[in-house]
Order: sequence, then C-alpha cells, then structure tokens
Amino acid sequence: MSEANAFHSRHRAAETAISVSSVWKVFGEGAARFRSRPPAERTAEALSRDHLTGAVQDASFDIGRGEVFVIMGLSGSGKSTLLRCLTRLIEPTEGHITFGGQDILKLGEKALADLRRRRMGMVFQHFALLPNRTVLGNIAFPLEMQGIDRARAEARARELVALVGLSGRETRLPTQLSGGQQQRVGIARSLATNPEFWFLDEPFSALDPLIRTDLQDEVLRLQREQSRTAVFVTHDLDEAIRLADRIAIMENGRIIQIGTPEELVTRPATDYVRRFVAKVPPARVIRVASLMRRESIASAAMSVPAEATVSEVAAQIVASAGPIAVTDKAGRTLGSLDRQTALETLAAL
Amino acid sequence: MAEISTPPTQHRLSRAGLAALLALGAIAVACVVLPLGAAGTPEAPALPIAVWVDVAMNWIVRDASLFGIAFSDLTRALATAAQWPIEVMQKVLAEGWVSGAGFNKRQVLPPASWLGVTLAASLLAWRLAGLRLGLFAAMSGIYLATFGLWTSAMMTLSSVLFCVLASLSLGLVLGIRAHRSPGIEPAVRAVMNIMQTVPTFSYLLPTLLLFGYGPSAALFATVAYAMPPMVHATVIALQSVPSDTLDLARMTGCSRRQTLWKVELPVAMPRLAIGLNQVVMMTLNMVIIASMIGAGGLGYDVLRALRRLDFGAAFEAGMAIVVLAVLLDRLTQALARQQSAGNGRGRAQRTWVVGLALILVPSVLSLFVPALALWPEAWTLSVAAPLNDAVSYINQQFYDPLEAIRTTVLLYVMNPIRDALQLLPWPLVIAATALGGWRLGGGRTAATVVVLGLFIVVTGYWSAAMGSLYLTLLSVILALAIGFPFGIWVAGRTRLQAGVQLFLDTLQTLPTLVYLLPAVMLFRNGDFSALIAILSYAVAPAVRYGIDGMLHVPSERIEAAAMSGCSRWQTFRHVRLPGALPTLLLGVNQTVMMALSMLVIAALVGTRELGQNVFTALSQGMAGPGIVAGLCVAALALIIDTILKAAAARATQSEGNSHV
Ligand SMILES: Nc1ncnc2c1ncn2[C@@H]1O[C@H](COP(=O)(O)OP(=O)(O)O)[C@@H](O)[C@H]1O
Ligand SMILES: [Mg+2]
Repeated sequence: MSEANAFHSRHRAAETAISVSSVWKVFGEGAARFRSRPPAERTAEALSRDHLTGAVQDASFDIGRGEVFVIMGLSGSGKSTLLRCLTRLIEPTEGHITFGGQDILKLGEKALADLRRRRMGMVFQHFALLPNRTVLGNIAFPLEMQGIDRARAEARARELVALVGLSGRETRLPTQLSGGQQQRVGIARSLATNPEFWFLDEPFSALDPLIRTDLQDEVLRLQREQSRTAVFVTHDLDEAIRLADRIAIMENGRIIQIGTPEELVTRPATDYVRRFVAKVPPARVIRVASLMRRESIASAAMSVPAEATVSEVAAQIVASAGPIAVTDKAGRTLGSLDRQTALETLAAL
Repeated sequence: MAEISTPPTQHRLSRAGLAALLALGAIAVACVVLPLGAAGTPEAPALPIAVWVDVAMNWIVRDASLFGIAFSDLTRALATAAQWPIEVMQKVLAEGWVSGAGFNKRQVLPPASWLGVTLAASLLAWRLAGLRLGLFAAMSGIYLATFGLWTSAMMTLSSVLFCVLASLSLGLVLGIRAHRSPGIEPAVRAVMNIMQTVPTFSYLLPTLLLFGYGPSAALFATVAYAMPPMVHATVIALQSVPSDTLDLARMTGCSRRQTLWKVELPVAMPRLAIGLNQVVMMTLNMVIIASMIGAGGLGYDVLRALRRLDFGAAFEAGMAIVVLAVLLDRLTQALARQQSAGNGRGRAQRTWVVGLALILVPSVLSLFVPALALWPEAWTLSVAAPLNDAVSYINQQFYDPLEAIRTTVLLYVMNPIRDALQLLPWPLVIAATALGGWRLGGGRTAATVVVLGLFIVVTGYWSAAMGSLYLTLLSVILALAIGFPFGIWVAGRTRLQAGVQLFLDTLQTLPTLVYLLPAVMLFRNGDFSALIAILSYAVAPAVRYGIDGMLHVPSERIEAAAMSGCSRWQTFRHVRLPGALPTLLLGVNQTVMMALSMLVIAALVGTRELGQNVFTALSQGMAGPGIVAGLCVAALALIIDTILKAAAARATQSEGNSHV
C-alpha cells in the first residue's frame, strides 16, 4: 500500500460509523419477490427483462466516523435512492445497514423516527423550506417536532442562524431570501438537533456556480469546527473532489469504484471512471505524500505538509530553488520532494 | 419533417375517407327510403329512460333505506340539521331575531348593522388587497344599503357563506382522503369532468326530491355543485407538495397529523386558496340560480322584476349581484396571492379584532338608531323608474332598427339553421359527426360520438338537442368571430392587455343570470335574446385564448422569422398562427362549454331546446325528464369536447414536439 493510501485510510482505520453490506433496491412490479432470486438472475439483463429497475445493486461500503463520503454519478444512477436507503426513507429491498453497530433495518416505526429525529440531519436539493415559517421558524422546526419548548428551540435556532451567517434575517420568509440563503437555512435546520449523521442530497445543484463554491466552503468550515459523519450526494466531480474524503462512483445502480480523489484519478478502475476523471488536473488530487521520497535531506530550503495536494503547494514548489522537505502535522520531517517530479505533476493534464 | 410524412398519410386517409363517404351516402339514402328517418327525428323516446329515472328516484325517496332508516328520513333530517346554521346566519346578517307574528311581530334583536358590515368588509378588503378594493367595498356596501337591496344581498351572502364553508370542509376532507388512497384520483377527475358539463339546473332536481322544496334543498344542490372542484383542488394541491418536503417531515419524525397540518397543508395553501376562489364563485352562481327553488336573495329579486318586466329593478338587483361577485372574487384572489407570497399572519390578529369591533359598535348603536340597522325605506334611492323610462324610450325610438335586426337575423339566419338541423335525419348527423371524429382522433373518438349520440336519440330529445346545438353553434361562431380577432389584436398591444384582462376577469366572475338582463331589455323574450346572452357570456374565453395563443408562441421562433426576413403578415400567417393553433382550439372548446352552460339560463327567456326541457321539468318538479334532459346537454357537451380535444391534440402533434 502506498504512502498516500496509508495516509488516507485514516477513516477506515478509525471507528466505523455506518456499515452497508449487499444493499439492493429494486423498483417495479414483482420487486417484492426479488429476494428469492439466485445471483445469476440478478444481472442487469435479467432485471430489465422482468421490467425491474435496479436502482441500487449490491452496494457495500463502510463509512468512518467523521468522514465525508461522497456518492457521485450521473443523473439516474441511483445516488438519491442509495442515500434514502441509508435513512430508510426508502425501504431497501435487501441487505444490511448498521449505524454504530445497530441494524436500522430491524428498527420499529417509533425507534426509527426517534433515530432520525435525534441523530440524523438532512439537506435537500430543493431546500424543502416551509413557506409559512420564517427563517427562525424553519430552523426551529425539527426541535419543535421533538417537543422542545419554544424558548429553548428559539435560542438554539438563533445560534444556528449566526453559525450559517444569516444574522439579521431571522424574521424573513423563504420567499424573501436568495437561493443561496435558502440553502443556508436548510443547512442550519439540518444541524438544529446537532446530529451525528449528516445527509446531503445534491444540496447545491440548484445554485449558481459562485454561490455553490461559497456553500462548499461553508460545509468545509462546519466540518472543521465539528466533524460529523457526512454522506454527500452530487453529480459534480469538482464538488466531490473539494469535499470528499472518499468518493463512491455509481453507474446504473452499481458502485463501480470507491476511493480517495487521488486513487480515482491515478488508478481508475474502469474506462467509465477514467473518462469521468479525465479532465481533472492530477495536481489537484495527488498529495505530496504520494510523490515523497523517504530519504531525508539535510539542507532543505523549505518544507511542505505531506497531506497537502500538489496544487495547494504549487507556489512554494515553483519558488524553491533547492530541495523541499516534507513534514507531517507535527512538523517532523518525513522525507523530501523532488522539485522536478513535482513540476511535472503540476504540468500534467 | 411533418411535411415529408404527410403525403402517404393523406393518401391512405383519402382512400379510407372515400369508403366512409360512401357509407354516409348509403345512410342518407336509407334515411330517405326507410320510414326511420323520414320524419327527421324520433319524437317519442325509444326507451323510457326518463320514466326509469323517475321510478328510481321515487324509490329512493319513498322506499329506500339504509340500515333500517328510510333514506328520505335521513335526507330530511340532514336538511333540518343544515337548516339551523343557515337560519342563524341569515338572522345575524339579514333578518334579526323576531318574536310573535302578524301584528304582534316585534324585533327582539336587529341584524348586524349595514354600516358595521360595510366597514368591516372595507377593512378586510383594504388589508388583503389594498386601498382600492377597500374603497370599492365601502361603495358597494353603501349602494346595497341605500338602494334597499341590503336584506336580499345579505340573504344571498349568508347562503354563500354557508355553502362555501360546507363545500370547503367537505372538499378538504374528501380531497385528503382521495390523496391518501392513490387510485381514487382518476375516478375523482372523471366524476369532476362529467359534473362540470351537466347544467347547473340539473343539480337542483334530485336535491329537490331528496330535501324538499325550500332553501336547504337549494343549498345542498349548491354544495353538490361547488364541492367537487374543492376536492380536485385539494388533491392537486397535496400532490404538488414536493417529495423533498415530505422527506423532511419524515426525517424530523413528524406524526401523520403533524405532517398534514404543519407540512402538507401550509405548503399546499396557495393552491388551496385558488380552489377556494373557484368554490366561492361557483357557489355564488349557483345560489343565484337556486333562488328559483326558494333560496331567496338577489337572484329572486332579479327574477321577480323580470317577470313584472320591471327592467329597472332587475337592473338594480343585477348590479348588486355584480358588485358582490367582483368583491368576493377579488377578496379570495387577494387571499390566494398573499398565500403564495408567503405572508399573511402577523397583523392579521389585530385586523380581526378591529373588524369585529367595527361590526359590533354600529350594531349595538342600531338598537337606539334604527337607521343603522336597516336603511330607512323612506330614504331609499332608486334609478328603476328613469331606467325603465330609458328602456321604453330606446325601445320606442329605435323600435324599427332593433326590430329589423331581430327579425332579419331570426328569419334569415337562425330559423333556417335550426330547421335544417332538426330536419336532417339523425343517423346521418351522427354518422357524419362520427366520421369527423374518426379522422381526427381515431376509433375511440368515433365510438364516443356514436354512443353519446344514440343516447340522445334513444331518450327522445334529439329534436330539442338540435335546438340546443343550433343556438350553441351560432353563438360560438359569433363569439369566436368577435373574440379571436380581438384577442389576437390585443396580444400585440402590451399596454391594452392589462386592461382587457381585468375586464375579462370581471366579466367571467359575473353569475350567468346577469347576462340575460341587457339582452332582454333590448330584444324582449325569444331566441334572439338568448343568442345575445349566450354570445356575451361566451365571448370572454374566446378573447382570452386569442391573447394566450399569440403570447405562447415561443419568442425564438418569432425572432427566427424576423431574421429570415418575414413580413408582419408572413410572420403571422406562417409562424404565429400555426404556433397558436393548439391554444386556439382549446379556446374553441372552452367557448363551447361556456355557451352550453349558459343554455339553461337562457331558457328563462323562452327558448325551445334542452335547456327549456330542464327548466320546465324543474318548475313542475318532474325529476326524470329534467335529469335526462340535463344528461343530454352533458352528452352534447362531451361529444363536442372529444372532437375538439382530438383536433387540438392533432394540431399540437403536427406542430411538432417543440412545445414540450
Ligand atoms: N419511486 C420510484 N419508482 C420507480 N423507479 C424509481 C423510483 N425512484 C427512483 N427510481 C428509478 O431509480 C433510478 C435511480 O434514481 P435516483 O436514485 O433518483 O437517481 P439519481 O439520484 O442518481 O439521479 C432511476 O432510474 C429512477 O428512474
Ligand atoms: Mg437524485
């Protein structure tokens, strides 16, 4: 296993928060009898012959605590269905899903509602704000549904308004806000109950590119302040690379590769993934750690952090005249970076 | 693309068409040779369907029982139960509490003061829709009071309020039910479609039998008429709640109740408010019509005045209806707008308190100042006498030209068309129509035409139906000839548009009865007046669709035409008109439906067609013939509807899929 992999497997090494194994979701008449099908009858051809849609097919993965796990794919590839299977908004046809070791497919109606209410938060593509409630009223909605008293709910909602930068707009109605501001309300609402698990279904797809970047920064900032286990669905590779610890790429209901952005770009599993990531400049995803040589050097002119991407430290690489040292978070030197190799990576398309 | 594929299609059609024409010819010959069609149409029903309906109704009314309780007892109990809230409302708004009778009659409590109600209504209008509507409400109130129309208007209003509340709550409950059990929705829509084509009068008949002659029967008919749109609106509104929002409700752990009240209904509110507007306007229309079976109020005033040929009084009461209709429409529209803008609430509570005070203070004062309870009769204004004089003056001065117009149109246009339609043998008419339907929409359309046509024949109403058809066709053709060009002309003039739209909106809110007045004033009873009334009612949708059709042509196409150097006329002929065609065809359909719904009202001025049959049956309390004649109107409407829809679908298709 390469250095980069070792570095990025921190979440896999960490405690598993969500575990998904062999999850299927099949739509169509006769989907109920799907469970009795032998593996040979579960191919794409067999499904389409019986007019079934295999929206999610045999999905298995673990998500580490605090990880941002991005599900990416084209429209109709099954991302939303997979996300909703995790929360049981859609009942999976088959498979196992555990949250912190607890099998949620076995939960009763009440326990499930309780789990969602207390430990999960969700952000929606079209915001799903309630038009008759103010900013504050929308953010306090989940708390109200929990039966928390008005004064406490409002106090908490005010904290969240400040957190997402909407101070001064507490009494506005959704129609009086821009799209970006509306989704800020959506984000604040999803965090009102301070959930462990955060689900975001294409939260920024309906927004303009500039606003989208702002809100991506917002998510990164929120994750830095308090890292939650997040499942983020998007069809935008750029967004996926910016936010993800790991990305799962879906095609026609199947997950065809799971890996860090760097793994996807440097070692695409299929042609489909290769075409997908073809436009990504390698320097954006390749980490300094992957290019690092173990030999340490005495007279380094400057040092760069091992977990940074090459493009993040591009200015330093270009400016340096001599050898560059690579350091870990604590500032210890791990090895060195060859300037020529780094420049080639930067230049590669 | 379309042009390339046309020749072979046409070829095939022309061969099939030839065969069909031959068949038509054969039928025509058969009609002449066989006694079947010799008299033109069968007069006596082949099947006594009206009698069966009568028997069935009688059975329901006399013998049917539900869990051992006679059905009639059930309905009468319901009527009595409904009587109470209606009476309370009427007492509060119109009559006041009275004790004793005859000479001992003494008013214990006066009704709500006209001044109070007017002030409160003005406040509400001002708050909801701005100063202009506020002023309009104030002036309306003053008009109703000073012209001595207050009591009638409040009778009408209390009926409207009761029916709206009933339709609204029943409609909501049923709509929520229907929404929760998918599969019901298509059934609801089918029932809705039929109910909207059955003339309003037909609703009155069964309720008369079930609930007895009187106000509550009229009100039940009104609720039966106005509730289905609310069910429909509720289903549509709930379906329009985005799935994301429903997911939110589940993620936050809402119970079913919480989901409904805190999530679904608030989100659906703008569409529900639009439904409310529809219900209010339909209710008002029906309440006015229902005055014929004793609901009282303004509609009754109009009818009574018309019978006395007191056009002035009819006009005054008619204006009161207009004022009420405009006010109710604008108020509910403002409510809908406010809902979709997402505000409301906030100051609403204070408005309520102030409004209540505005009603109560003058009402209490009216105990001491009777003029506040009811405008004193001695001070009542009236323009009836001068109006009557004016009408007689016009009729005398312009007797010759008016009469000339009337008789010429009657003698040389209307009567010949009617006679021709009634003389044509029915098999020929049905076969020709079916052929047209088949070419436009295929076998299903043709089959629909045949089945519905045969229904009319079998019930023995063929001749009357042709009478209806001729009035409808003629007024529709005139309405289109006036409406489309005007609409198309207006569409090019942005500044005119807003004004015209407002005028059309107002025109379309007016209850049907109002349309009779000007026609009767000038041309007295008869088919010509009916034609004018139907025409004036049906012209609004024609104009509206004319405008819409022109405006909905994608601007890119017009730009493309301009870039390829088309002249104005070329653009109109080759780009705008073909692009607008589907919308225009829908407009034709809408115009026909409006015309048909006006038929029965027009029967009041003495036409000879299905509307008259319904009307006569109603006044004689004969359920069977009334219902069946009503169904025949519906059948006629459905035939025209299927054919025009097929034509519109065809036009859209040949337009290409560029619209979608
Ligand atoms: N309720 C449903 N019934 C039937 N098919 C569905 C349903 N929901 C989703 N699908 C199908 O499942 C596939 C995946 O849909 P979805 O998860 O929404 O894709 P994505 O979110 O990636 O765009 C699509 O082919 C879609 O048509
Ligand atoms: Mg999706």
